[in-house]
Amino acid sequence: MKVRAQIAMVLNLDKCIGCHTCSVTCKNVWTSREGMEYAWFNNVESKPGIGYPKQWENQDVWNGGWKLKGDGKLEPRQGSRLKILANIFGNPNLPEIDDYYEPFTYDYQHLQKAPLSETPPTARPISAITGEKMDKIHWGPNWEDDLGGEFASRSRDKNFDNVQKEMHSTFENTFLMYLPRLCEHCLNPTCVASCPSGSIYKREEDGIVLVDQDKCRGWRMCVSGCPYKKIYFNWKSGKAEKCIFCYPRIEAGQPTVCSESCVGRIRYLGVILYDADRIEEAASVSDEKELYEAQLKIFLDPKDPEVIAAARAEGIPEAWLEAAVASPVYKMAIDWKIAFPLHPEYRTLPMVWYVPPLSPIQSAAESGQMGMNGIIPDTKSLRIPITYLANLLTGGKEKPIVTALDRLLAMRAYMRGKSVEGIPNTAALDQVGLSSAQADEMYRYLAIANYEDRFVIPSGHREEALNTFEEKSSCGFTFGNGCSDGVSKTTLFGNRKNAVPVDLSQLHAKKKTG
Amino acid sequence: MSHLHNFLFGIYPYIALAIFFLGSLIRFDREQYSWKSDSSQMLRLRQLRLGSNLFHIGILFLFFGHAAGLLTPHQVYEAFGLSTPNKQMLAIISGGLAGLICLAGILILLCRRLCDARIRATSKPMDIFILLWILVTLLLGLISIFYSLQHKEGGVMLALGAWAQHIVTFRGGAAEFIVGVDAIYRIHLLFGMTLFVLFPFSRLVHVWSGFAATTYVTRAWQLVRPRG
Repeated sequence: MKVRAQIAMVLNLDKCIGCHTCSVTCKNVWTSREGMEYAWFNNVESKPGIGYPKQWENQDVWNGGWKLKGDGKLEPRQGSRLKILANIFGNPNLPEIDDYYEPFTYDYQHLQKAPLSETPPTARPISAITGEKMDKIHWGPNWEDDLGGEFASRSRDKNFDNVQKEMHSTFENTFLMYLPRLCEHCLNPTCVASCPSGSIYKREEDGIVLVDQDKCRGWRMCVSGCPYKKIYFNWKSGKAEKCIFCYPRIEAGQPTVCSESCVGRIRYLGVILYDADRIEEAASVSDEKELYEAQLKIFLDPKDPEVIAAARAEGIPEAWLEAAVASPVYKMAIDWKIAFPLHPEYRTLPMVWYVPPLSPIQSAAESGQMGMNGIIPDTKSLRIPITYLANLLTGGKEKPIVTALDRLLAMRAYMRGKSVEGIPNTAALDQVGLSSAQADEMYRYLAIANYEDRFVIPSGHREEALNTFEEKSSCGFTFGNGCSDGVSKTTLFGNRKNAVPVDLSQLHAKKKTG
Repeated sequence: MSHLHNFLFGIYPYIALAIFFLGSLIRFDREQYSWKSDSSQMLRLRQLRLGSNLFHIGILFLFFGHAAGLLTPHQVYEAFGLSTPNKQMLAIISGGLAGLICLAGILILLCRRLCDARIRATSKPMDIFILLWILVTLLLGLISIFYSLQHKEGGVMLALGAWAQHIVTFRGGAAEFIVGVDAIYRIHLLFGMTLFVLFPFSRLVHVWSGFAATTYVTRAWQLVRPRG
């Protein structure tokens, strides 16, 4: 057993209102730079929909993630190491920028400067790449927002596999859910495996997957390797960039920007201990439907003395072991089993998990349009097809999804009894195998969602953390080279640009005075 | 032998090699963030795969072909039963084919770089310059084939080989070997040597990393690093 710790995330889709605050705050902090306009480390997709980039979930098109070879060994779906090297001159699986969207701004000046005319002046779109006017914007980061566009287009969604999707094309039977997406910081990342120069790595201390900007050579294999398409090619710098899980904040014990700014309080961050020796075993389970449970099995119980001893032997700090016990992620994923990995069938063992959405279901149940299953509404006749959720979250296995939804419903029935009728409805809990203590805790975590419950993040032992706000729109996370875009403004032998863009001592001085 | 000839073919090769090696080393050490392939594939897929594959396969063959052809002592070939005229013919045919493959590729890439608004807008002047430089060098090399066909006995090839071997083994008098060869070869040599000069100052540095990337074949899939 080799114990490693990771800061993992859970998103409670039941409460996501699709406001894009996470995306916008993330963009303001990390990707409001030339070359990254099109890149959203965090984006929110309306489901059903083909997503961003187009059809990212369809690995028949993009060949992301892993596949099992005949001998039961794992190999990136885009090919063996030799094949990846052979494709280095031209990557056959690389999305074009139009698969995301051509970044644009508008000719706002024209509104001010246009001469007097019969019709009001318009601000035409301007490409951020060429600086030329664009005739028409064909696609954007959120083109399908709130089921925008025709059903025929958005129903190309891969999660409709094995669902009779025509039934959901009519207005009365349509359904909508939001899916905020960021890098999954996988235990078995294909981006890391695909990088010929070895520039991408998983951090030992907190499991954050990062691209070493100095070592990246722009071979582009990580972009196609990642099945979630969460590695972006910066067309200005020629380097791959990705969600950094706001590591400067995490190291300081603060939640990521997307989590902190979430108005719906849907995001949870906590420590998960796992057995690094069993990663390959868990990712190589032959049946795709068993991958979710295989991943659950390599998570370790932070209360188990054997695990604690092994974790100490690995040098995991005490604060992290304490945080692992209080981890909201552990409670939701392992204790209550209401959170699931996104597309476990990609075999990357993702570490950003999701609680399936429930709200539309219950409102249908309350108006008497649904069958009842004992005391709680029958989750099998839901507005969002269980198969769809299972395709999204469990590799097609429906039972865990049904159990999770039942538990969410039972918790509500229990609390409703407790607060409205004064009698806790324990029959509902018995039906789904929850204790009343668990249900009380679930209520506290899911409905109240206190800041201290949502974010249990032990700080990294870095004495000084950067003031990330002052880093906004600066040079992002380029190290060693300051803000260099690769164009050297001094002679080769001239003064080296300052490697550290922010002077810490001055920062502190500023804080004191201000 | 003029002083200019001696400088260009006796001294300039060392200047070029020194800039090539030291320049690469300094850039790797000091400006590693700028060390990249600078791919534009993501901005425009069309033509890139065909053009880039043809170009790279062609130019890699030419690079290794030149290295092996020029630097292997001709006694070694003869020991394997390859006569000088036959060796020249082998070089002409294989090099000519690779040259044509490379030419097709570079023309596609150049056309794409100059005509596609996205690629043009994101090109640095050096990106275009280096492509043009390689194109001219390549065309000179291809033209020299017609001269080579006029003296099939292989004497010029041996002279060029002797020059290259004397240069890399630090023996004096290398320039004397190519005093009499046609101007086309010498111009081709100058363009080729200057490519080494331009190398550290352009995106060509990614060639080093391309060769280094072959270590990927034996690497473990996953990498874990402690926090820096």
